[in-house]
Amino acid sequence: MQTNQLLLIFCSALLLLGLLAFFAGRSKATRLRSAGTAMFAQPDQYAWFTVLSTAGPAVVVSALGAFVLLLMGADIPTLYLLAASLVIAAIGLLVSLNQVKPDFHARQAIERVIRMTLAGAALISILTTFGILISIISEALRFFQMHSFWEFITGTTWNPGASFLASAGRGDGSGAEFGSVPLFAGTFMITAIAMLVAVPIGLLSAIYMSEFAPRKVRTVAKPVLEVLAGIPTVVYGFFAAITVAPIIVNIAGFLGLDASYNNALAPGIVMGIMIIPFISSLSDDVINSVPDSMRQGSLALGMTKGETIRDVVVPAAMPGIISASLLGMSRAMGETMIVVMAAGMRPNLTANPLEDMTTVTVRIVAALTGDQEFESAETLSAFALGLVLFVITLALNLVSVLMIRRFREKYRVNNL
Amino acid sequence: MSHSFDEISQQLKRRHRKSTRLKWITMGSLGLAGLFLVLFFADMLSKGLPAFQQAYIQTEISYTQEAETDGRRAFDEELLPLISRTAVRTIPLELRNNPDMIGTSKAEWVLANSDVDQYLKGHRHRLSDEEQEALDARVESGQVDLRFNTTFFGSGDSKIAENAGILSAVVGTIMTMIVTLAISFPIGVMTAIYLEEFAPDNRLTQIIEININNLAAIPSILFGLLGLAIFINFFGVPRSSPLVGGMTLALMTLPVIIISTRTALRSVPESIRHAGFGVGCSRWQVVRDHVLPLAMPGIMTGSIIGLAQAMGETAPLIIVGMVAFIPDVGVSFTNAATVMPAQIFTWAGEPEQAFVEKTAGGILVLLTILISLNAFAVVMRKKFERRW
Repeated sequence: MQTNQLLLIFCSALLLLGLLAFFAGRSKATRLRSAGTAMFAQPDQYAWFTVLSTAGPAVVVSALGAFVLLLMGADIPTLYLLAASLVIAAIGLLVSLNQVKPDFHARQAIERVIRMTLAGAALISILTTFGILISIISEALRFFQMHSFWEFITGTTWNPGASFLASAGRGDGSGAEFGSVPLFAGTFMITAIAMLVAVPIGLLSAIYMSEFAPRKVRTVAKPVLEVLAGIPTVVYGFFAAITVAPIIVNIAGFLGLDASYNNALAPGIVMGIMIIPFISSLSDDVINSVPDSMRQGSLALGMTKGETIRDVVVPAAMPGIISASLLGMSRAMGETMIVVMAAGMRPNLTANPLEDMTTVTVRIVAALTGDQEFESAETLSAFALGLVLFVITLALNLVSVLMIRRFREKYRVNNL
Repeated sequence: MSHSFDEISQQLKRRHRKSTRLKWITMGSLGLAGLFLVLFFADMLSKGLPAFQQAYIQTEISYTQEAETDGRRAFDEELLPLISRTAVRTIPLELRNNPDMIGTSKAEWVLANSDVDQYLKGHRHRLSDEEQEALDARVESGQVDLRFNTTFFGSGDSKIAENAGILSAVVGTIMTMIVTLAISFPIGVMTAIYLEEFAPDNRLTQIIEININNLAAIPSILFGLLGLAIFINFFGVPRSSPLVGGMTLALMTLPVIIISTRTALRSVPESIRHAGFGVGCSRWQVVRDHVLPLAMPGIMTGSIIGLAQAMGETAPLIIVGMVAFIPDVGVSFTNAATVMPAQIFTWAGEPEQAFVEKTAGGILVLLTILISLNAFAVVMRKKFERRW
């Protein structure tokens, strides 16, 4: 029999058992109550209790079985597994029906089950983090068995070259070099350009919105800026590659400079535009939470509005502004589509933003969409790059969280 | 050191001028950000709107005997460089299905090829001078026309530009989003309920909270690595399928849904809970019957925004192989599929000029869907928002 059919039969059998449990449990409870006994819970609650104890263990057992089946490759026929689950369901039904007694706290039992289910759901987010860590670290370790970690961190040549041949049994892949410095240099260059665009515009816009703008402008401007953050990155990538890059090449040509169509400036600028709302939104919140007493004090001393903003409000909001910038920076470093579409593929260690250069994320995508086998050093190098990226962005995020917490504690703000 | 009254008043003027200047500078940068947005949309509209029109040529199709094996025989020799290969290809098939059509002929509008299309729209094209003349003559006599592009909305991807459409990507997006929502909505809401209503304030809870905030800030491409290593290589979920794409995106959307659900739950006043407990409800009964229904509009808004975010996401889907070439529209969770952003990415990589327009057209479709989803979320929040 097909697994699909088996599953269908299993599900319908379980559903039938559940329905049976519900009505049996309820009728027993109703009968007991109509006999005049005082009970701890309502008949429906007893009914739900029997349903939960019928279906719950059966589902858990079958899920565990399926997990073991997949994980350990254990050879349990699906038929036996599902049959065993159904038997457990039947046992659960009988036991729980027996439990339907006046002095049994059915409601509390349900409550316990629900609390456990909810806690289980909450654990999934932790599992996700672990999943990311485990998947990246284990594959990265396999990469570092082939190529030294030190070489990966300090090498200045990235040339996977013929490494894929080694896994196919031809050649030893010795020509391949995995020095990630040019990739990180490219990432930092493009991130720096993005920050040069995003931080001034984002911060100044935030200052305008929170200190100068009339209420009406503010309520319109904020959501409009958020639109910038909602545009998919693949769209920005297309915009950078098709519209911005040629403009930059033309301007550079006009100035007598030689620019590549895959220059770092185009993705950098467009990425900066994308990050503006991240910075302006958080900075705006932070500037708004600077206590008004500080502004009033400054104005009372005869400072102009501009001086108050420059010398009092912005310094007070500085931790929050830095935190916003760090968040934007981590967003820029992990950004993929813009650079995949608009930046180059050639690892290039240069300080000239008009040349083409590649980034960490570009190489990750390139390594995983090629035709190489999964075991090849180039494919695994993607995970090593991912690991470094994970560590850097994690550090940036943590510092950012700490900064904002310090601001919050200093001014006792709760809404950040 | 003493200043005269005049000097001080001069200085004061300067200081106030500086203050005004700051105001104008800040206003200017907000304007600059707005200008970017306007330029961006203008650029996309000007590039993408032509994609919704497609050139057609009116001609006499003669269904001769030879056309059954060679579709080109059905058309005027002069016209062959102008019409689409697809139009030629379908002729033999059509004749084989209806043999009694052989010998007849009829006037019909057939799909022109992408060069004609681009020529008419004034873009770069590859037509020779004679072909241009022939085309111009037909334009004069009204035998060439730009019409609404039904192919673009009604068919899947194709390597032939005039035949490529976005429908298979739209269907793929819908299938993927079904998987994403089916996983992330229940788990996200349950997690938020646990953290907000049930969890004791201990170490584990704090770790879960920090972890969720962190997940929200992890680069999306790393979720792709997780999907590849765990879902595909370890659990054997079929590569390129909406199932694996949806699962990967679900993990990304989870923090968004959790955070917005928690905000919604927190905005329900304590007094509602106290009233529930006061009449003897258990904690779950209070949550199920009172807190959750009251928080539902906020939860839905957050989920829709999370969904819109997931819909525009490309990087993790590329890693799990959802950039497949999908010519046929398929409704399946386990077969290879593509999604709208991935389709845009594929088209952006095509060298032909006609695909630039397709890409921008696809972008317009995607942006329209995303903006309507977000607008819907905002309207819903405005409509159902309750102030306590």
